[in-house]
Amino acid sequence: MADLSVNFAGIRSPNPFWVASGPPSNTAYQAHRAFEAGWGGVVWKTIGDPIVNVASRYSALNVAGQRMIGFNNIELISDRSPETNFREIREVKDRWPGHAVIASLMVDTRERWHEFVKRAEDSGADGIELNFGCPHGMCERGMGSAVGQNPEVAEIIVGWVMEAARIPVIVKLTPNITNVVHAARAAKRAGADAISLINTINSITNVDLDTLTPEPHVGGYSSHGGYCGPAVKPIALNMVQSCAADPEVGLPICGIGGIGGWRDAAEFIALGSSCLQVCTAIMHRGFRIVEDMIDGLSDYLDSKGHAGIDGLCGASVARLSDWKYLDLHYKRVARIDHDTCIGCNLCYIACEDGAHQCIDLVDSAPYGLGPGRVPGKPVPKVREDDCVGCNLCSLVCPVDGCITMTPVDTGRPKMCWDDYQTRLAKGEIEPIPAHP
Amino acid sequence: MSVQPILDARTAEANMAEAKPCYTPQEALIEANRCLFCFDAPCIMACPTGIDVPSFIRKIAGGNPTGAARTILSANVLGGSCARVCPTEVLCEGACVVLDLEGDPVKIGRLQRYATDHVLDRGIDVLAPPLPRNGRKVSVLGAGPAGLGCAAELAQLGYEVTVYERKPRGGGLNTYGIAYYKMRPEVSLGEVEMIERLGVTFRFGVEIGRDIDIAVLARESDAVFLGLGLGGARRLGIPGEDLPEVVDALDFIEQIRTRPLHEVPVGHRVAVLGCGNTAIDAVTQALRLGAEKAVIVYRRGEEDMSAYGFEYELAKSDGAAFEFHTVPVEVIGEGGHVRALRLARTRMVDGRPEIIPGSERIEEFDLVLKAVGQETQSSLLESWFPGIALDDRGRVLHDPRTMRTSLPKVFVGGDCANGGREVVNAVADGKKAARGIHEWLADEAIEGPVQPSRLGCADGALGSGFDHPIRVPELLAAMNPS
Repeated sequence: MADLSVNFAGIRSPNPFWVASGPPSNTAYQAHRAFEAGWGGVVWKTIGDPIVNVASRYSALNVAGQRMIGFNNIELISDRSPETNFREIREVKDRWPGHAVIASLMVDTRERWHEFVKRAEDSGADGIELNFGCPHGMCERGMGSAVGQNPEVAEIIVGWVMEAARIPVIVKLTPNITNVVHAARAAKRAGADAISLINTINSITNVDLDTLTPEPHVGGYSSHGGYCGPAVKPIALNMVQSCAADPEVGLPICGIGGIGGWRDAAEFIALGSSCLQVCTAIMHRGFRIVEDMIDGLSDYLDSKGHAGIDGLCGASVARLSDWKYLDLHYKRVARIDHDTCIGCNLCYIACEDGAHQCIDLVDSAPYGLGPGRVPGKPVPKVREDDCVGCNLCSLVCPVDGCITMTPVDTGRPKMCWDDYQTRLAKGEIEPIPAHP
Repeated sequence: MSVQPILDARTAEANMAEAKPCYTPQEALIEANRCLFCFDAPCIMACPTGIDVPSFIRKIAGGNPTGAARTILSANVLGGSCARVCPTEVLCEGACVVLDLEGDPVKIGRLQRYATDHVLDRGIDVLAPPLPRNGRKVSVLGAGPAGLGCAAELAQLGYEVTVYERKPRGGGLNTYGIAYYKMRPEVSLGEVEMIERLGVTFRFGVEIGRDIDIAVLARESDAVFLGLGLGGARRLGIPGEDLPEVVDALDFIEQIRTRPLHEVPVGHRVAVLGCGNTAIDAVTQALRLGAEKAVIVYRRGEEDMSAYGFEYELAKSDGAAFEFHTVPVEVIGEGGHVRALRLARTRMVDGRPEIIPGSERIEEFDLVLKAVGQETQSSLLESWFPGIALDDRGRVLHDPRTMRTSLPKVFVGGDCANGGREVVNAVADGKKAARGIHEWLADEAIEGPVQPSRLGCADGALGSGFDHPIRVPELLAAMNPS
């Protein structure tokens, strides 16, 4: 069994799976349940000056009958008093000394930040997370994403926190920004110990077509919510990798955004996260989901020969580069296995209408009658010379392994766009002909 | 003793509850999302009316059941009843590629029902409104699926259509001859009303010859469509056949569909003669209405029966018994009522069943249902239309594309043309005949439905099952030539 324990910016936890700041981390009761289920840490629901919440608060994007592919909320930070929250953090730390408890904070003035940092430390919290990401309600009052979207302001506020903090400080970044790296660099300049990302994305999930009210509604009116859940994972991965790859950031990253299982977790780790936070998947299915995350990640690390997550952490970061460094001479083509093809011909129509018209429908006679094939019904065949290797047919094919994207040796050396431009300028090569 | 109803109303209704009730919106959404939306969809090729199945399922998945029903009913005006009575296992669902992928096809029939119920229950008309009247008159004989398919298509093309029907109501076997647990008669009657709203005139309870002079009718019509179906059950030719409890299985089923269930007389020990799909409908319903014992008596073996495999399984799970290689040689009466059957064993000699001498035995029954096939209406047809060409099995000869008979203005479809196939084949026949009539009278050929995916595609591809239907048994035979 791989050792999943982590030391994230000085915060120790038995595994990298933390409950993200949100409804599942609202009370000591929930924190106890989370730790009993196996979670390594809990980032407390953001503590600040008292707020009032509305009903309703959540809405979901369902796709093709699958519920909660995306999730949206207009709930604010904790609606419990700071006294209650800090007292319960103390209770939880007393019972779970080996687990991580992080106080998420959001206040406004320098004095208030100093006060709350002190109260968090006095409660026994292992670290502090600064909520610079909440995109609804609090931002209207100059907090949350209003801070995270302005790197100069964020830098000042992180500075205030660092004046007082003696425990690790994590800055939680908003994705509602043109380039998240700028916000990450601001956190670094101000002396933060780590960053966590992403917070939720501005969203409207859906409109009720009978009432014409967007959801979730409060007496017929809604507000821009924060979007999360499985659908945001690609956006989160992109931002995590961007921060991990940036030499000026250089901070430990806690990955957040659409993690629901160990595979998601492993991808976040490979792209530079050394710790993870989960909220929506817990809201959907409860704390018990962590068992598979621990189990699956551990087995995966074992199977790849890693003793812990360090071996995987960041392993894919350098596999991304600017487009201009990609090899223009690399070629791969789609190959269809006619023995497993069920004859839906989705590959054909996808290529024909949606891509590059490189699949023909041909007489099935040479291929025999495979599954789902009707006598006389044509079968799809790739014209490999014309195939641009775009992947589309293999993505729409409903049969695992039926369409394989196969590398083809062109015999030509690697040449990226930059090389191409240079050699073209020197007159060493002819221009690559335009596609007909 | 004559047979009597057995069960009270509540028990009978419960036993005859719909085998496949309408999907809830959530069930429909989940099932619809299993469809891959194939290009070149085999289900369309397997549908004799060429319904664009992937398109209607996609509309259900997208929350557009009215549009789904429009797709279905524009191809097959009886799409609601076909959704319930089609042997989908050997048609669309048997061809579904998800069957190959997951071992379980998309439930096309039940999705079709979901969509068609949506509009039929709400009285939403989705059919294209008829073209202006073109001044031509067509008489349709028979208000069964073939006649309805023909009448609806002609009405939409602007013809003045009158349908003549001997029975008091329309729908043919859909109304009178389908197992109650598969479809309620109201569904079929609702379809007749929908076709009536296209401007078709129905004259029910009229007998050609008694009420109508066929020669006058033919003279006054620009074309005549024959959708007469088949006649009564064949004679057994054995002693005791005329006892009152020897009943045509279709008459038994008609009673179930026209009377309250608790008033339908059923025997305690029922013999069903024959082993086609009607025999299955009879035996399962006899059991569901309270028969203690119901036995299929079939002169050939299990491998020879014409009932579909899934129907055979249903009858077995309902508790029906099967006596293969057995033939009745006498119906034994007592006091003018059936008491027993004298049965003999058979063996196959040169492919034909032959009685084994000395194998006779007596088994007690109080109701005998004949499901040994129906007579053709050849003598009737020949008397109405002297010179009409029939084949050696009494079927009306016709051009398969236009459904035109040997007589210039007479067209045909359904069981009297094909000898007895599915409802969906009859609807397709009727539609083809309507187009044949239109092509002849208006010199305008109507194509399609063409599978959308086939437009502009290479040769060699099959389009819609309306033109080139495939059937799953044939498909399997082609895949496994051995």
